[in-house]
Amino acid sequence: MTPFDIAIASLFLMFAPVILAPCCARSRNLTIHLSFSLTAAASLAAVIAGILCVHLESTTSAVVQMGLPDLPFHLRLDPLAGFFLCVIGLLAFFVSIYSIGYVKAMPANRPITRFVVFFCLFIAGMLLVVLADDAFFFLVAWGLMAASSYFLVLYEDEKTENRRAAYLYLVIAHVGAIAILLSFGVMAAQANGFETFQGYTFDAMRATSYPLGWATAAFLLSFFGFAAKAGVIPLHVWLPEAHPVAPSNVSALMSGVMLKTSIYGIVRITFDFLKEFPWWWGGIVLVLGLVSAVLGVLYALMQHDLKRLLAYHSVENIGIILIGLGLAMIFTSFHLPLLASLALIAALYHTLNHAMFKGLLFMGAGAVLHATHERNMEEMGGLIHRMPWTSALFLIGCVSIAALPPFNGFVSEWLTFQAFLFSPALHRPILSLLIPLGAALLALTGALAAACFVKAFGVTFLGHWRGHHHIQQVREAGWSMRIGMLLAALTCFLLGIFPTVVITWMDVLSRQMVGGKIATSAGAFGWMWLTPYSHERASYSGFNVFIGILAVVLVAWLLLHARKAGIRRVPIWDCGFEKLTPRMQYTATSFAMPIRRIFGFLFAIREESHAVEPLRHAAYPQRLQYRLRVRDRFWGWIYEPLREIAFFLARKIGNLQQGRIQVYLLYSFVTIIVLLVFLG
Amino acid sequence: MSLTLAAQINSVMAALILLTAFGLLVQRRILALLHLFAWQGFFLCVSTAIVGYVTGEHHLFISSLLTLTLKVIVLPYILYALIHKLKIRKEIETLVNIPMTMLIGIGLVIFSYHLTAPITQLSTLMTRATLAVALATVMLGLLMMVTRRHAVTQIIGFLALENGLFFAATSATYGMPMVVELGVALDLLIAAFIFGIFFFHISTTFDSLDVDQMARLKEGD
Repeated sequence: MTPFDIAIASLFLMFAPVILAPCCARSRNLTIHLSFSLTAAASLAAVIAGILCVHLESTTSAVVQMGLPDLPFHLRLDPLAGFFLCVIGLLAFFVSIYSIGYVKAMPANRPITRFVVFFCLFIAGMLLVVLADDAFFFLVAWGLMAASSYFLVLYEDEKTENRRAAYLYLVIAHVGAIAILLSFGVMAAQANGFETFQGYTFDAMRATSYPLGWATAAFLLSFFGFAAKAGVIPLHVWLPEAHPVAPSNVSALMSGVMLKTSIYGIVRITFDFLKEFPWWWGGIVLVLGLVSAVLGVLYALMQHDLKRLLAYHSVENIGIILIGLGLAMIFTSFHLPLLASLALIAALYHTLNHAMFKGLLFMGAGAVLHATHERNMEEMGGLIHRMPWTSALFLIGCVSIAALPPFNGFVSEWLTFQAFLFSPALHRPILSLLIPLGAALLALTGALAAACFVKAFGVTFLGHWRGHHHIQQVREAGWSMRIGMLLAALTCFLLGIFPTVVITWMDVLSRQMVGGKIATSAGAFGWMWLTPYSHERASYSGFNVFIGILAVVLVAWLLLHARKAGIRRVPIWDCGFEKLTPRMQYTATSFAMPIRRIFGFLFAIREESHAVEPLRHAAYPQRLQYRLRVRDRFWGWIYEPLREIAFFLARKIGNLQQGRIQVYLLYSFVTIIVLLVFLG
Repeated sequence: MSLTLAAQINSVMAALILLTAFGLLVQRRILALLHLFAWQGFFLCVSTAIVGYVTGEHHLFISSLLTLTLKVIVLPYILYALIHKLKIRKEIETLVNIPMTMLIGIGLVIFSYHLTAPITQLSTLMTRATLAVALATVMLGLLMMVTRRHAVTQIIGFLALENGLFFAATSATYGMPMVVELGVALDLLIAAFIFGIFFFHISTTFDSLDVDQMARLKEGD
């Protein structure tokens, strides 16, 4: 079987529950087990197809006689598609296993058939986006993905908040899709075979060389469209709204892999179709990436809703991926294939890594949500005692996303840094300013991300329980949820200590896209050392770092546990204050306060505190009330004016509609006369 | 009958059609409007028959017969019955005063002559001279729909517009294919029935056939 056959089989398996789930809707258990086993099998097939395809460097295409007459659907599996197939399949596999337990634990009165159907359609849509080989089919798949994820976000549709978030998501997804459609239109018009209706195939677009003006138009339109889907600042507003309200397995998929389909789209259009481009395209991507990375993590720090925090981190990580892509584009336009491939591999590797650890973190957040029925971190605490598995796995996710060795986040951010550090003088003053600045901002991002996850993990899992109901009700997640998270954590770990294997596997991508291959030094130093450029400059061995960390931990553990009296459990010392409550713990707000003060100008902050009516005198207040609201400034800067303008225009245009039949007739009459005068 | 004679008779018919079109634009009383409309259909029918006779396009006789039955007898009868049933006797109010409408109408006729001048030069058909009149009739029908407020007069305007289209088809290409003409005739008949039903409902709902009442259906803001 060729990889392509396996991919097709995976699609059929993925569509099977769409038909089967309504048939066995009677039995809730059967539906859940059957559907999610099928999606897990289908995702695994997609992973195998992707791995094989990249490994064999095979490219297969097929034409399916579906869709409109004379406009058949084209499918194609090449290494780039294979890589993304692998990313999507891998996380979908983990999430499918996780979903068995997660969906079972949902309230029993909630209908699950529609959830299962849209879940399968959603994953199938993402797979089809990657496999599509013509503009028409791509947009159909893109629409399938957007629409099914809209219904998944809307799953708990009895809350106003959810409906609002889903609507916002749908609007931005549509605006993005229109921009992508226009971009394809521009390219198809330039492509050979436009007259014979063949210009819409990606093959025709690939074979064309575009004049600079049209290429720029196509690039800007498609970048706008994909950025809207990826949540690049300032198009990110739907992310922190939609991700918290969606069921957690859906947020894991949306944040982990759906955003990545837009990375796929950018790589496909820029490096595969347009090929030749000026350096400032890369500059735009780099600047937007930096802005998204820094602001994303700063906004994330201010969030106390666990899932909203993770959503803002998706903005940050998409920013880091775009930094890699932007550098790859800049280096390509300066004809530096080696550095371009380093940056591209860094971006793609981070894509894979982010899918894994963000999926893991969202799954962990889902487990916490199910156990505590609470999204606000300030109402949690001490969960490590009740949920040891979830805590440990969530911690692995935190370490990975904070880019600490030996996990995978470190490898890709390290590669991005190398791409910055190795860049030679590029004879553009603005670039020689931008590149060092970019490296500094990336470092800042990494540090802030680490701070943010210290907060997220510390406040949620450590300390004492702050919630209203009793902590005895909090239970550890079920086995299937644990297995899903465990597999994701294991993947994070393996991707962290064996990066050379992965990079050797995927370097066909950089060869095909930018014509360079990074030296992983497979011969001289073996699989252990990752040396992207030359071993005199920099190399990293995840394995050795892991051994080192393990040794240190082992020594520390031995030192602590060797003596019986090394560790004692005693009540917390209350400084003689005697009435110690969990409310007195360090909170998420207080943790983020110094950073909020430093970067205050970036947020719309409303902070108020007032004394509740004192009993005797204003000098002796009974209690103090403190209120803090931190908001994204972009909403007020961009979206509110846009909304007002749209409503204003709509009202003005609505005046055309008089309600009098003669006026309507007059419109057509005048139109006819005008057309006759000017075209007659 | 010689070709020139036929062309002259045709031109006379065209002139009469244009005259009735202006008549429709000016006439205030609804029954008189109906008569004028029937006359227009009659002239159209004669003109079509003459063109069919001279050119030997025999399907034009059928078209002519259809015109006679539908536009001279059936449709006016239906409208007459409707007017009778709904007890419409009111004089018709126009939006724009009548001299003004006439002036606009004259402008439109000149405009259509100007517009068809290049076609007339290229065409070799004997009916080429009447194309401008046909186009003018279409536009006058539209003008009538725009300027009148009464639902029945709007329908008469619409039907006059259709007359113009039919005339344009005859003068530009010696008529449309038979199938198309049959289809159009059937459509008209059905349209008349639908209009009848609509009038009935409008007059029971609003107690009047003044289409301005329908402005109330507009979505408020």
